Amino acid sequence: MTVQEMAERLSLKTVCLCEPEREIEGGYTGDLLSWVMGNAQSGDVWITIMSNNNVVAVAVLVDVACVILSEDVTLDPGVQELAEKKGINIFSTAESSFSIGAKVAALL
Amino acid sequence: MSALHFHFEIDGMDFSSAGDASVAVKKKLRQLGFPSDVIRRCSIAMYEGEINMVIHADGGTADVMVYPDKVVMVLEDHGPGIPDVELAMKEGYSTSTEQIRNMGFGAGMGLPNMKRYTDSLEIETQVGVGTKLTMVVSV
Ligand SMILES: Nc1ncnc2c1ncn2[C@@H]1O[C@H](COP(=O)(O)OP(=O)(O)OP(=O)(O)O)[C@@H](O)[C@H]1O
Ligand SMILES: [Mg+2]
Repeated sequence: MTVQEMAERLSLKTVCLCEPEREIEGGYTGDLLSWVMGNAQSGDVWITIMSNNNVVAVAVLVDVACVILSEDVTLDPGVQELAEKKGINIFSTAESSFSIGAKVAALL
Repeated sequence: MSALHFHFEIDGMDFSSAGDASVAVKKKLRQLGFPSDVIRRCSIAMYEGEINMVIHADGGTADVMVYPDKVVMVLEDHGPGIPDVELAMKEGYSTSTEQIRNMGFGAGMGLPNMKRYTDSLEIETQVGVGTKLTMVVSV
């Protein structure tokens, strides 16, 4: 499934969609960046409540398919522009990390 | 053997550009056609080192030497040094402040990740003088 299809199915809000056709291959939930870098895989949907620019760097380095900001988190100023520049897909949702994680898992 | 050499200056406590060097290295390695797992291991290990210099050592320098069969990353700072390297290498050990934790760092997983993602990690450090990390990822 592509990130765009997933976003539609789960009614996610689009923050930036640079690569809509990117395939989702797995998922990882976490806010501690070193844990994410140690465990998330390329192609994962990464669910987090972190909102600063390090999210973009980690998303690039891990090569996640997209980021989902849970709990209605909004990005810090300037981070969206950075994500657009780096070509990262970011969505947001009011749901908790747990509940959106379960829904993503059900799609995989 | 001749190598491609990239040099970066890393600013201390500057989170707006923290990670830029690692992202640049990732891009270079991709352009050079390295396998994606090598690129991932190099760039994550370097990012952890870069962030550590920003958070713990008020910045430093990073030098990346790219050979056909390996990537060597040398990160050097003039920060406080690491008093007990064995302890610092333990998963979960961190001296990060609350402010740093709020940014998503401070899990104490950076050095363990660097060890895990590289084929060799050498730490030379002296309290009050600084720290030099040499990491090698074989292709
Ligand atoms: N360049 C450095 N200069 C001085 N101290 C360092 C340096 N790098 C690491 N340390 C010390 O080693 C500890 C462990 O580092 P490590 O990268 O594993 O964890 P962290 O940076 O605290 O958290 P995380 O990397 O998970 O965000 C740090 O908390 C710090 O005390
Ligand atoms: Mg660290």
